[in-house]
Amino acid sequence: MQGIAEAISLALELVLRADADLLEIVVLSLRVSLTATLTACLIGLPLGALLAVARFPGRQAAIVVVNALMGLPPVVVGLLVYLHLSRAGPLGFLGLLYTPSAMIIAQTILIAPIVTALSRQVLEDLHGEYAEQFRSLCLSRSQMVGALLWDGRFSLMTVALAGFGRAVAEVGAVIVVGGNIDHLTRVMTTAIALETSRGDLALALALGMVLLVIALGVNAAVQGVRINAARHAHV
Amino acid sequence: MFTRPLGALCAALCLAGPAFAQDDRIIVQSTTSTANSGLYDHILPRFEAATGIRVSVVAVGTGQAIRNAENCDGDLLLVHAKPAEEAFVAAGHGSWRRDLMYNDFVIVGPEADPAGIAGTQDAEAALARIAEAGALFASRGDDSGTHKKEMALWSASGVSPEGASGTWYRETGSGMGATLNAAVGMGAYTLTDRASWISYENRQDFAVQVEGDADLFNQYGVIPVSAAHCPSVKAEAAEVFAGWLLSDEGQAAIAGHEVAGQQLFFPNAGAE
Repeated sequence: MQGIAEAISLALELVLRADADLLEIVVLSLRVSLTATLTACLIGLPLGALLAVARFPGRQAAIVVVNALMGLPPVVVGLLVYLHLSRAGPLGFLGLLYTPSAMIIAQTILIAPIVTALSRQVLEDLHGEYAEQFRSLCLSRSQMVGALLWDGRFSLMTVALAGFGRAVAEVGAVIVVGGNIDHLTRVMTTAIALETSRGDLALALALGMVLLVIALGVNAAVQGVRINAARHAHV
Repeated sequence: MFTRPLGALCAALCLAGPAFAQDDRIIVQSTTSTANSGLYDHILPRFEAATGIRVSVVAVGTGQAIRNAENCDGDLLLVHAKPAEEAFVAAGHGSWRRDLMYNDFVIVGPEADPAGIAGTQDAEAALARIAEAGALFASRGDDSGTHKKEMALWSASGVSPEGASGTWYRETGSGMGATLNAAVGMGAYTLTDRASWISYENRQDFAVQVEGDADLFNQYGVIPVSAAHCPSVKAEAAEVFAGWLLSDEGQAAIAGHEVAGQQLFFPNAGAE
């Protein structure tokens, strides 16, 4: 328990001192994981909506596959992206390995299935409620998708947060494709892994607490947006 | 299967963020002990100030560092497994190899010393005693430089520990720090380089039990990745960095790196 008390005071000290290195790591973590979340939503929301409303052969199988991909192990995603972005790989000419872009790509692949699968469930439930209205209004499929995405936007924010949570917390993928390079690709989770391997467990735990507070901040911000929007919607 | 969406994603990100693209920095594929002990934090600012070349360090085990360099994902190798390094150059992947610096390995273990090896100077005899006593031993098991050294020591001691894997012989398959954490947690002996040990902060009741055997010598080498093997390599800048490391200035910078008042690496580029 002594270690935890030490970690809490260390975390407070790091934050209060506005440690420049810590700030850089925090900013990169947010930049990488928020960009990955945004990209995953751009891919996953339309895909999820399509799976929710479209009826085609193999749909059930597609749903099972997408649901299963939610369990992608980060280190496997990291290896797949590494093999592609390595100079010896098919996309090596882009020179993206060991850059924040590579980390964004890996996290996007990791969380796009989560966004797709969860939004499919949310929108399919919503579609069940709206199906009769849609039929009476003779809406086209793209109009249906648009209406569902808009009306389901608050639930979909939670879906995006689930994706963000997975992205910002994973270490297996970013450490392989980012390389944990100081001042370039070091994020919160890889910094925690580094301090753990140095045996500085108090500092590692302190960084973990800072990461939790950041996740809390992002969730609070989204909650604020949601409450604000809901209030305006009902006026 | 992943190539096409990956390609589209890469293209989108390239367009969106030119600031993310790789610039003129060189990448060093390095063993972890040098990075974890803060050596690069000590020497890189000096080098970068002198030359303006920026250096990024990817710290992984020696085996992985060599494989990454073979894939052309680094411009310079700084590792510690001489036979593997010489094979790397012989295969045409590296331009040349030079000794850079050294320190030594130590066997650390719990104060209780269940195998009774404290103070032994013969590493092979100590390992044989650990095996005989069935005392817990944590192995890296990850093809790193330290793991290669450990296997060579077992081989010299006449014990093949793999048969006991999962009983007293425990392969963590992890880096030095994770293995030290596991060893401390289990009360197991383990082999570590002295730099990692001195800069490791979670020792609890662990101490150095065996040191001073000539077989525990730990040589680090530097190899620029060959431009003939990897056309994408930044050969010129990598040669400048390698040359600086081997120069009087670089060697003095290495010697000047201390943790807890102890010098961690001893430059020996001039010894050849």
